Amino acid sequence: MELKTKVHADNSKQDILITREFDLPLELLFRAYTDPEIVEHWMSTKVLKLDNRPHGGYQFETSHDGQVMFRANGVYHEFVPNKKITRTFEMENTPFDAQLEFLKFEELTDETSKLTMHVVYRSAELRDEMLRMPFAAGLNMAHNRLEEFVRTLK
Amino acid sequence: MKFRRDVFQAISDPTRRAILVLVAAQSMTAGAIAANFNTARPTVSRHLQILTECELLDQEQKGREVYYHFNPQKMKEVADFIEPFVKLWDDRFNKLEAAAKKYKNK
Repeated sequence: MELKTKVHADNSKQDILITREFDLPLELLFRAYTDPEIVEHWMSTKVLKLDNRPHGGYQFETSHDGQVMFRANGVYHEFVPNKKITRTFEMENTPFDAQLEFLKFEELTDETSKLTMHVVYRSAELRDEMLRMPFAAGLNMAHNRLEEFVRTLK
Repeated sequence: MKFRRDVFQAISDPTRRAILVLVAAQSMTAGAIAANFNTARPTVSRHLQILTECELLDQEQKGREVYYHFNPQKMKEVADFIEPFVKLWDDRFNKLEAAAKKYKNK
């Protein structure tokens, strides 16, 4: 099955373009980014702060078994309801530099909408590292499963 | 077991990417490849060795010469590496869609 999400990444460049069409009216798609309750649902994270205005900040925290696994934050530079969000995104306590995100929200029909996310990284190397992370995680998982399997053979 | 090189490391080098572009257009000998670069011949040989070890290039003996061929299949594996990233975002956006739908009439 073809995925509804498209990612465009040119070789040796430091940015990517993510596009996705939603079976949601434009206002609802925008709310999914600005209503803390909805954000918590789809990001599976706790919203510590979500100040929806230019120069406002946001911070998310994900815990597992009472332990904080992941925290991210950023600042809004532009905030135009139902149209555009320009923000930074940074993962706390990681060696990764902050990234710049341009989010464009568009209406397709009364019931459908489109999101275009342009993400700019500090360098092409960092971008490739970020792109590879889920791939590496998948490999690690496969590797761990293999290790577990090998242990059962002992 | 023979140590396998990381394909991504192999293509992270600009000279090696240039070599791949050259050889993709037509199979060439090491000498013909080296003639396209200002780099010292042993450096080019080293790049060719790395690209061959990670199977992005294949070697073929033709008489006294060794020709390098481009291996598109291996390159496809490299192109596919962003698929888990795309899948991650697709899953995330599917969740967004499902979560937001619950708020439709609120």
